[in-house]
Amino acid sequence: MDGTNSLRNGPDEHGRFGLYGGRFVAETLMPLILDLEKEYRAAKVDPAYQAEIKDLATHYTGRPSPLYYAERLSKHLGGAKVWFKREELNHTGSHKINNCLGQILLAKRMGKTRIIAETGAGQHGVATATVCAKFDLPCTIFMGATDVERQMPNVLRMKMLGAEVRPVTAGAGTLKDAMNEALRDWVTNVENTYYLIGTAAGPHPYPEMVRDFQSVIGTELKEQFRELEGKLPDAVVACVGGGSNAIGTFHAFLDDPEVAIYGAEAGGHGIEVENGHAASMTGGRPGVLHGNRTYLLQDKDGQILEGHSISAGLDYPGVGPEHSYLHDSKRVTYVPITDNEALEAFQLCTRMEGIIPALESAHGLAQVIKLAPTLGPDKSVVLCLSGRGDKDVESVGKYLGLLK
Amino acid sequence: MTTRIDRTFAAAKAANRPLLAAYVMGGDPDLATGQAIMNALPQAGADIIELGLPFSDPMADGVAIQMGGQRALKAGQTLRGVLGMVEEFRRKDETTPVVLMGYYNPIYSLGVDKFLTLAKEAGVDGLIIVDLPAEEDNELCIPALKAGLNFIRLTTPTTDDVRLPTVLENTSGFVYYVSMNGVTGAAIKSRGAVGEAVQRIKAHTDLPVIVGFGIKTADDAAEIGRHADGIAVGTVLVDAVGKSLVDGKATDKTVAAVRDLVADLAGGLKRSRA
Repeated sequence: MDGTNSLRNGPDEHGRFGLYGGRFVAETLMPLILDLEKEYRAAKVDPAYQAEIKDLATHYTGRPSPLYYAERLSKHLGGAKVWFKREELNHTGSHKINNCLGQILLAKRMGKTRIIAETGAGQHGVATATVCAKFDLPCTIFMGATDVERQMPNVLRMKMLGAEVRPVTAGAGTLKDAMNEALRDWVTNVENTYYLIGTAAGPHPYPEMVRDFQSVIGTELKEQFRELEGKLPDAVVACVGGGSNAIGTFHAFLDDPEVAIYGAEAGGHGIEVENGHAASMTGGRPGVLHGNRTYLLQDKDGQILEGHSISAGLDYPGVGPEHSYLHDSKRVTYVPITDNEALEAFQLCTRMEGIIPALESAHGLAQVIKLAPTLGPDKSVVLCLSGRGDKDVESVGKYLGLLK
Repeated sequence: MTTRIDRTFAAAKAANRPLLAAYVMGGDPDLATGQAIMNALPQAGADIIELGLPFSDPMADGVAIQMGGQRALKAGQTLRGVLGMVEEFRRKDETTPVVLMGYYNPIYSLGVDKFLTLAKEAGVDGLIIVDLPAEEDNELCIPALKAGLNFIRLTTPTTDDVRLPTVLENTSGFVYYVSMNGVTGAAIKSRGAVGEAVQRIKAHTDLPVIVGFGIKTADDAAEIGRHADGIAVGTVLVDAVGKSLVDGKATDKTVAAVRDLVADLAGGLKRSRA
């Protein structure tokens, strides 16, 4: 592929994907993110660093993750063959570990002695607490108080791994508020602290870095699918909150126009319900928050809305800047999936395949459920099953009336 | 062309006194009381008014200013509303500089050109936008300078000598030195280091330097005022608004609480070069 027309070249030297991205941070943080970029450029071409990541991926995470043909579900849907890229089988139960390992090695290279992170569903918090335990670094996780409530199993895991979990009560007590608080901590402790951002958003170079660490998903998937089926899949699908598993899945396919790409946003109570969803691309407009320009849920004065999703991991009013770019360029089709559609997909997957998906991933599956029947049996759709749903069994149980 | 900001610093320099920049949140605790607070500042001793633009996600602010912003937003404040406050203020005060301080998104949402036109018309003198570092100068800084508004930059303890020229390049009006790595309202760690830092900045620029973040008392004002062309005070004022409220509503003590505190701080500053 001629690099000049590639969709995979971003970001530019200013950290922009077209209009999106950038470095919209307080001056206190600017020297640090410039340093980080320099360090990342050096690490990227350092064979020792790359070898360490590869080794950890194999022996610690358990990569490659399997590509699984969901036969019963495919027959039930009566259309295309449905496949799962099983990121939920990774150590810690989601794709988040891919990024955490890459960044913790970077933090070590930079000589940082303390790690902070934000988390929504707790998957990134758990993955961060895990690598901090392994690399012996103290870690503080900021988590919205609402999320602490609805993702208790992950809160307990983080604590057992030795992390301090700080509940954030500002705003609606969800991911956005946790990120604000993490940024405040970072500004205060910038000398010794590394901010391990979990999603492909934030100031440059984070969106690029997180994408690079997660791109192993799509790269493996492409190879595995070719080995099994001798071709490219016809469509790939992933859920999009900040969008790290999605960009990791999509990136390898951006320059393959024959592969349709779908991102499932959190449609909450429905896209028509004001402040009742977290679908920033379908229901928002470009703005600046948390270090980057991207699609945001906001009111007419530019105040950021809280948004809503049943899934704590998707409950964020923004999205990674590369997704905004791919949305405008129409390379990726972003669709809203409601809470109820996600719940139905969650149950179908559990009963038909014996796999309990994370509520986040269930949004992606709901899109697959809509898409597969419209395609013939010679077609294939691959879902990134980004996380397992153990953390969600209690809240789903409540929704289904299984708990008193 | 001399600006209100230039004239104000020149007058303070001639009188050999550091000046006081008072930050209040625009429209806190409600629109009418917020206006009354702003109008009372010059007489209480504020030389420059920093008017806060409320934002839902103030990432560089501590709890006090976060809450002030939330009160203003709850009272229905908007970016246009803050510009209206300046317009109202200018009916009676043509000399006190007004600098808007806040975050970029509400401005971006309104549209940069439209915002600059409205701000200029309202009588705004300068802008401090926390999440627009020098790397993003094309967004608002350069257009603001072209429109005749000062773009005042924050420099911090992490802004080293290598980086300072970049940060100062398009700065105008004055330089705002943030005395610590942290959010607004935290405690200042070393006052001596502040004096050194101001000297370091002055080696790179002829602009006046004011110091903010962590100044809470008249004694702080007197001490820091020794080292700088001025000081900026915000958190204690916004906190005073908060503490004057009953059931979240303004009382007859609200305006007075801010006015008295400003007068006290201005008194402290007078001592600093005595």
